[in-house]
Amino acid sequence: MSIAVKFFASLSETINLSEAHVTYQAEMTVERVWQLATGQQPRLNNTLAALNMEYVGFDQTVSDGDEVAFFPPVTGG
Amino acid sequence: MSIILHQGAFDPWLNLQQHQKEHLKTGAYGATASFVGTMRDFNQGEGVNSMTLEHYPGMTERELAKILTEATEKWTLLTGLIEHRVGEIQVGEPIVLVCVWSSHRKEAFEACRFLMEELKTRAPFWKKEVLLSESERWIDKNSDGY
Repeated sequence: MSIAVKFFASLSETINLSEAHVTYQAEMTVERVWQLATGQQPRLNNTLAALNMEYVGFDQTVSDGDEVAFFPPVTGG
Repeated sequence: MSIILHQGAFDPWLNLQQHQKEHLKTGAYGATASFVGTMRDFNQGEGVNSMTLEHYPGMTERELAKILTEATEKWTLLTGLIEHRVGEIQVGEPIVLVCVWSSHRKEAFEACRFLMEELKTRAPFWKKEVLLSESERWIDKNSDGY
C-alpha cells in the first residue's frame, strides 16, 4: 500500500506533476507527503490540502492507502 | 436535493423547471430563489475568449453536497439544486445554477446566497481563461461577492 497524491490546476502546472505515489511511513503528515511527492519543492502559502476528499491542515496525519490532494484556492461559480 | 456536474452546455431555466416538477407538489412552496452565473467576455480588464473549468472528481460533488446539507440545517427548505459546468466553456454559456425552494422568501433568499458564496470559497473548481490575445491564465482568486 502507499499514499496516492493528486495535484490540480495552476499548482499542478507549476510543479509539473499531476499524480504521485509515496510509500507510507508511521506518523506521516500531509506536509511530509508533500515533501516526498514533490521532491521538497517549495510550497505557496495559499496551497490547500485534502485528505480522502476532505479539507485538512498540513499537520494532519495520514493512514496507509489514503488519498492526499494539493491545490490552489478554488475559483468556481 | 440534487447536484449535477455538466461536461457540456446546459439550460439552467429548463432544469430548474424540471426539478420543480419532479420534487415539489403544487401549493407546497411559496418562494423560489435562484442564481445563474454566466461566462463574461471580459475579466480583470482583458477580453476573454473561452475558459476551462477543472475540478476534483469526487471531492467536488462531496463538497457541494455538504454545502447543501448545511443550508438545510440553517433554513427550512423544501428542496435545493446545484448545477455546475466543467471542461471548456464559451462566452455566454451558463457556468452555475443554484436554486432553492421554501415556504417563504426569507429562507429562499438567504439560503441561495449562502449556497453560492460557500460554493465559491469551498467547492474545488479552478478557472483557466483563454484571452483574446490567445494567452492563457489561471484565475487565482474570486471577485468579492459582497
